[in-house]
Amino acid sequence: MANSQRYTREIPHRYRLEAQKFKSGFVSLSRRYVDPETGEQEYEKIILKGTGTILTYTVIYVSADAFSKQTPFVIAIIETDEGARLTAQVVDCEPEEVRIGARVELVFRKIINEGHSGIINYGYKAVLI
Amino acid sequence: MREVAVIGIGISKFGELWDQSIRDIFAEAALSAMKNANIKKIDALYVGSMSSGLYTMQEHLSSLMTDYIGQRGAAGFRIESACASGGSAMRLAYLEVASGMSDIVLAGGVEKMWDVDDGSAILATASDQEYEAYHGVTFPGLYAMMAKLYMHRYGLTREELAQIPVISHKHAVNNPNAQYPFEITVDTVLKSSLVADPLRLMDCSPITDGAACVILCPLEMAKDFTDKPVKVKAVGAATGTIALHDHKDIIRLDAVRLAAERAYKASGLSPQDIDFVEVHDCFSIAQILVAEELGFFSFGEGGKALAEGQGTYGGKIVINPSGGLKAKGHPVGATGIAQIVEAVIQLRGEAGKRQVNNAKFGMTQNMGGSGGSCVVHILEAL
Repeated sequence: MANSQRYTREIPHRYRLEAQKFKSGFVSLSRRYVDPETGEQEYEKIILKGTGTILTYTVIYVSADAFSKQTPFVIAIIETDEGARLTAQVVDCEPEEVRIGARVELVFRKIINEGHSGIINYGYKAVLI
Repeated sequence: MREVAVIGIGISKFGELWDQSIRDIFAEAALSAMKNANIKKIDALYVGSMSSGLYTMQEHLSSLMTDYIGQRGAAGFRIESACASGGSAMRLAYLEVASGMSDIVLAGGVEKMWDVDDGSAILATASDQEYEAYHGVTFPGLYAMMAKLYMHRYGLTREELAQIPVISHKHAVNNPNAQYPFEITVDTVLKSSLVADPLRLMDCSPITDGAACVILCPLEMAKDFTDKPVKVKAVGAATGTIALHDHKDIIRLDAVRLAAERAYKASGLSPQDIDFVEVHDCFSIAQILVAEELGFFSFGEGGKALAEGQGTYGGKIVINPSGGLKAKGHPVGATGIAQIVEAVIQLRGEAGKRQVNNAKFGMTQNMGGSGGSCVVHILEAL
């Protein structure tokens, strides 16, 4: 379980979709120091619009214990319109409605409760648009 | 660099070993390997383990394992690279002998997975904790996303995918060390419960307790210990992105391709020269993607070729004569060494009913996470 420091330092990308755009045009939602393709270290901070496309997905039936009350749930790999890649749940729909190539928008949602005395985890999930 | 040979192999039972602790199963494999090599003393030990700390609350395996196999004082190292921990331990042990630093080195792997109930969360530590596991994705889920895209792009059917575990189980029938030495049918796969769509329980490698060890020495000394030394012809290792979503192409395993290219280059061999391969089939789809990256099939064609039997006896290449991770079992940190053990058994000609005829070159491919790390070895019968 995360303590508050480990949780709060991830808030910029999880709550506000703060990302990095490197000179080459490479966009990363995960905090990086180096453009993996060019080695370039300079970047500008951008805020993702939150819209994107599903590249692939699955429906999870057997999860880690912390997610077991949510099964079955959809998880997808999404490419945002800026080109950032991320993994997120797809919610507010039936699993049958999800398709490769479907358009989605990222929304702010609760992810899990970390046990009885743990932190309530929030972050992005996707909804179909 | 000196040439290196495997002179001894040892493997524990694979399965739910409720009466044995992590040190018990490692000692079983290590002592059996030392007996097989006719040696009493080792200079160094490398033990691969993905997560002994989370599975058993026991770290510091370098000290624990050297002591409990009667080798107190030897140099010891615990190696971690998720599911590629065993193959990584093998590579480092190989380097220690090849460099001339030591003569007799044990490369081992161990995982004790049945001491906990929520293993999914532990396995998920091999993915990106903050950007993947945080959102609830599991390892079957990551490979399911690869399977979904592969089937979408190349038209592989669910029935064709089901042939992969059916063939693995057929091979395991002849492996006395396998966790599941029995046959299953396509129907067994298709009727097993969904784990992460489209993958079902029978597409997934099991939870396994187990250990495997090999003894390495300089090739020029090998005949002092055994009549059947097996040469470590080449090793290739590489890394890829830890997060599946960062793969340039979601269903390409760059680390596997790079590791294989390096092993082929170092050995002067090509895929046509390899007689059999032990691949990291943690899930049915993984066997297809890996077989393509290793150069045995063109991209997009491996699925249908394997479903037609091109990866079994009489096909293009024998894949996983041991039964593979699916049917032999997958004690995560031990798997990379268990693959070497199978390759040595085959190259010695000691594989009985599952023997690949006239096997000269065998390959092993051990992979971490969703393709984040990979180690490929090529072994040669002398």
